[in-house]
Amino acid sequence: MKVRRIEKGGALKIVVGMRQLADLVEELEVADSGVDIDRDFVKFVSNEWDEAALEEALLIKEAVGGEVVVIALDEPDVDQTLYSAIAKGADRAVKIVGVEEGWTPTRLRAQLLSKWLKSEGDWDAFLTGVQAADDLDGQLAGLIGATLGVPHAAVVSKAEPEGSSLRITQELGGGTLSESVATGKVVLGIQAGRQAPRYAPITRIRQAMSTSTIETFDAQEIDLGPGPKVRKIYPPQSKGQATMLDGDPVEVAEKIVELIRAKGLVR
Amino acid sequence: MPVGGKKQSPVAVELEEAVVVSKISGREWDVSGAWNRMFESRVLTDYSYSKGLGKIAQLDGGESLEYCYGCGKCVPVCPVDLVSEYGPRKIHRKVQTGVDLFSSDELWKCTTCGNCLRVCPKGVNMIEIMPAVREVAVGDGKVPDELQGIFEKTFRYGNALGENPRRRHAWTKGASVPIRVLSSDPTPADVLFYVEDYWSYHPRGQQAAQAFSRILTRLGVDFAILGAEEKTVGDSQRLAGEKGLFDALVEDVTATLGKYEFQRIVTPDPHAFNALVKEYPKRGFTYDVLHYTQLLSPQIEKMNFVNSIDKKVTFHDPCYLGRHNGEYDAPRKLLKAIPGIDLVEMGRCKENSYCCGGGGGGMWLDGFNSNHLSERLSERRVREAATTGAEILAVCCPYEVSRFEDAAKSTGNEHLRVVDIAELLDEALGGVETV
Repeated sequence: MKVRRIEKGGALKIVVGMRQLADLVEELEVADSGVDIDRDFVKFVSNEWDEAALEEALLIKEAVGGEVVVIALDEPDVDQTLYSAIAKGADRAVKIVGVEEGWTPTRLRAQLLSKWLKSEGDWDAFLTGVQAADDLDGQLAGLIGATLGVPHAAVVSKAEPEGSSLRITQELGGGTLSESVATGKVVLGIQAGRQAPRYAPITRIRQAMSTSTIETFDAQEIDLGPGPKVRKIYPPQSKGQATMLDGDPVEVAEKIVELIRAKGLVR
Repeated sequence: MPVGGKKQSPVAVELEEAVVVSKISGREWDVSGAWNRMFESRVLTDYSYSKGLGKIAQLDGGESLEYCYGCGKCVPVCPVDLVSEYGPRKIHRKVQTGVDLFSSDELWKCTTCGNCLRVCPKGVNMIEIMPAVREVAVGDGKVPDELQGIFEKTFRYGNALGENPRRRHAWTKGASVPIRVLSSDPTPADVLFYVEDYWSYHPRGQQAAQAFSRILTRLGVDFAILGAEEKTVGDSQRLAGEKGLFDALVEDVTATLGKYEFQRIVTPDPHAFNALVKEYPKRGFTYDVLHYTQLLSPQIEKMNFVNSIDKKVTFHDPCYLGRHNGEYDAPRKLLKAIPGIDLVEMGRCKENSYCCGGGGGGMWLDGFNSNHLSERLSERRVREAATTGAEILAVCCPYEVSRFEDAAKSTGNEHLRVVDIAELLDEALGGVETV
């Protein structure tokens, strides 16, 4: 990771990118267009990895002071997410408005957020969920880092302040962890916070709704250039290959072992 | 020293050798060792009043904890004390001697069952103290994880189960009678059937809701439900300390109720009943509210029983119907009217009924409290029910079927059927075949 020193007190200005996803309490249906889910009757909730990113940002602020800004696209039910963030301790909330309705491709989302980050300028770290139900390969943080020319780390499980820098712990797979120190601007894809997201008491959410304002930022024209396009989405096809094994646990266990052997899964 | 307490032991002063000499006779007494033990000044003064009892007394609702003069009448009637170390007197003493109730696990054990208040000569009101202290704890984010999840679900979906609000009246399909939903047919109704969460979503609750609807249909009651527009009344969330959530629910619930015309609200949930009778009027919303047993018991004459239920039945009084709102007779009248039923009472019944453990947020704290209780309150209660020799444990609170059915299994009392009174009535009236 590129290391750059910044002369500054300990306080950090952290931006947290949040996004809304279809609430899976609902049964999702494919829209008539065939390339999106039907959004008319779906409730939206914030992405749980983004909530972990917010928690991490709030912990950093509590440790060294500074400011937490939450930013999201104008998506359904986003106000509730932003006001909850304020109730939890975020200082400002920004909504990017004028985005076409429906699913926002991650590349477009990255460009829109980058525009705001560029115009804001003086932030120290941008945290967002490492993945989301509509971005399982975790592109958002990486794309923003690349667009802005800022170092990026993915699958971060800890971002702890150390002076005016952040000590970052990443999961590298297979149980391996890596630690590094980011001393300048940094973009992080958060896998988990140091603690579970805190509770926002409803009184405080309602207070935030009546006393704070969500700032808006106009979405700018973005030319994404060539890229993949969604041609069709469809629910997973069921193939009906499940076999129910009957008998007592010992018999069932023996049958499972037999099956695993027969399929050549163990030698 | 009490469990979990940080109580300081008093400092004892003891001389190894001591002799007392009479000034009159000159006689000497050996009072060495324990015989001369004295204690230094009482430890109460070592603790801060303003951080303990004083801090709680300042809260709206927290005033009465310090009224306690330690008589201890509350402890033997506390249902939690029977499976743990608890009771208002013990809480008072712990706070007095330095335990911070705001951050203590003790805060979440009270089910607000109200049995302590019944016997308290000083009016120490845990039903007000606990929510007041919990509200501060919730505001500081000190809330057990499982309860936090419930609050979030209730705020988002309007029900504690986190179920899809649009499927709130999915149960009506299996009722075998038409059930009017006000949003699609908003003509005035006599009875607004306020179904509440557990009858709407819990599979066993849904069966009771269906049975109740059949009974209403047989009796020719003009009733309707709110369907997807219904949200929980929120009383248990209030008692668990989320007053802001309760306020939000009051706004939503009263706005929905304001859209329709009805004579009275009938609910199966004693918790909803309690809030609609006691809390909503404080906020300016007064309705004519009945628990479903109160609607049905005056209509026994009109019921045409066709089946006999030849079973020994015992009945569990819900705290929020009985002790909190004084209704002990309506459910018993209904049970006694059912042909064949032999009603036996448990030792703890009516005013002294034991608590199922579900009130005051306890419904959602079984995991958290399992670290502190020797068994669940519902398990203790089911064992008591089983000792009466009953084959059926009759209930009339939607929390109880799931709680007691689980407890019957975990205590090896599977033979004890847990059945809502509505289901028993429906069975005696002929079930789906006679509607």
